[in-house]
Amino acid sequence: MAKLAELDVESDLSQAIVEIKDVTFSRGEKTIYKNMSFSVPKGKITAIMGPSGIGKTTMLRLIGGQLKPDSGDILFEGASIPNMTRSALYDARKNMSMLFQSGALFTDMSVFDNVAFPLREHTKLSEELIRLVVLMKLQAVGLRGASELMPSELSGGMARRAALARAIALDPELIMYDEPFAGQDPISMGVLVKLIKSLNEVLGLSSLIVTHDVTEVLSIAEHVVIIAEQGVIGSGTAEEMLAHSSPLVQQFLQGLSDGPVPFHQPASPYEDALLTKGAR
Amino acid sequence: MDFLQKLGHKTLSRFASLGRSTRMLIGALVNIPNPRKGTPLLIRQLYMIGHQSLLIIMVSGLFIGMVLALQGYTVLVGYGAEDSLGPLVALSLLRELGPVVTALLFAGRAGSALTAEIGLMKATEQLSSLEMMAIDPLKRVIAPRFWAGFISMPILALIFSAVAILGAHLVGVDWLGVDSGSFWSIMQAQVSFEKDILNGIIKSFVFALVVTWIALYKGYDCIPTSEGISKATTETVVHSSLAVLGFDFLLTAVMFSG
Repeated sequence: MAKLAELDVESDLSQAIVEIKDVTFSRGEKTIYKNMSFSVPKGKITAIMGPSGIGKTTMLRLIGGQLKPDSGDILFEGASIPNMTRSALYDARKNMSMLFQSGALFTDMSVFDNVAFPLREHTKLSEELIRLVVLMKLQAVGLRGASELMPSELSGGMARRAALARAIALDPELIMYDEPFAGQDPISMGVLVKLIKSLNEVLGLSSLIVTHDVTEVLSIAEHVVIIAEQGVIGSGTAEEMLAHSSPLVQQFLQGLSDGPVPFHQPASPYEDALLTKGAR
Repeated sequence: MDFLQKLGHKTLSRFASLGRSTRMLIGALVNIPNPRKGTPLLIRQLYMIGHQSLLIIMVSGLFIGMVLALQGYTVLVGYGAEDSLGPLVALSLLRELGPVVTALLFAGRAGSALTAEIGLMKATEQLSSLEMMAIDPLKRVIAPRFWAGFISMPILALIFSAVAILGAHLVGVDWLGVDSGSFWSIMQAQVSFEKDILNGIIKSFVFALVVTWIALYKGYDCIPTSEGISKATTETVVHSSLAVLGFDFLLTAVMFSG
């Protein structure tokens, strides 16, 4: 049985929609990733997790071609993102979409126009057809009744759902979620978890979620990648990760305040700082 | 050594900034939006940038024309040359004050708004989301605003000069008693279309390019935080104003010194 499951994961990974191959990326002097590799299986929900500030969002920007790695390759459906021409990259982006942490709705447009925006830009559908598609997408996220509202009139959770409707407007093959649960109340969080799972199943797309909300994401993720210390420290199913032997993985998943990632920032001895005049 | 290092770093970053701004400008100029999608965007920006600046331009023009007439009259009347008030006002406005003051007001009113708008779009990830939707922000956001600024400012400068001449007429003719026929006829005789009006319009186009370019670049390149946007907005007004005055001297030297 275990062997069968292993084979299943292997076959899933062989059908990867995104492959990160030996990627090294630096910002100035700071190395964010060093020879990092992992794959995002097609048709599944993959979670990228890790402590704050290790470059999870940067990974999404690398996959989207907004940043270029120093070395290594990023493949989207077998095509190298960093080596694409501008027009090829824009074509590839029509098959992927990203849900930004802030929602990134256009503030001068209503919810309806925000969702209609990619359709108007990239298709030659008539306004009547666009209206039907937008209403269907808004119905899917439960916001058909809010179609005429402006983004400033939406709550945080509603804004994220509206952005989700816009992200699925063109029926992409990959949807990337940047911290979708951050700052959400339990009801909104539950709604988003359910939406991500149902959209993935119904639309048959692949989802890549960057988050550090362990409980929520482990309830829906079929593949988990944990990033820390400039690389992948663990990957596999949620169960495999929960049973992982790495203390760093366990510290992260169990939310322990101290461990391999120290609670205190490196500093001079506490006693010295208190007793030396002017020291901080 | 430390000073040299800082100087070198600053020089390099200035050149890098100039390179980025040129790339942005070329990107906006080359990516002309298609007429079906681009025209509504351009019209909207013409309204936001041009039409919304009309009030400040007209009111300022009226007062500057009135002050110019009052000051000019007090000097000219001493020589019995008050009939030359018309050409004095017209030449000052068409050659210098019209384009320059309009550009300075435009930088304060529309330039700062452009920087803040683009900066906020960057801070709220709207520009990134456009890129991820396979839509070039240079084409969708920067280009319509650039062309709207470039078209609006020369028209605003002409309106400014026209209103200012009417203001001067109000003070010079209706209040101080300069002969209306002399005011208009000497103005018509002294003002050359090519040398004065056309050169003024050319100046306006140059200022429009400089101010709109600076405003858009400062927003596009700002640090996406409240402090970064505030700094970028201030820089837009300061840099645009200095650039306008500097270019005005250069253009005046080329156009009128011969």
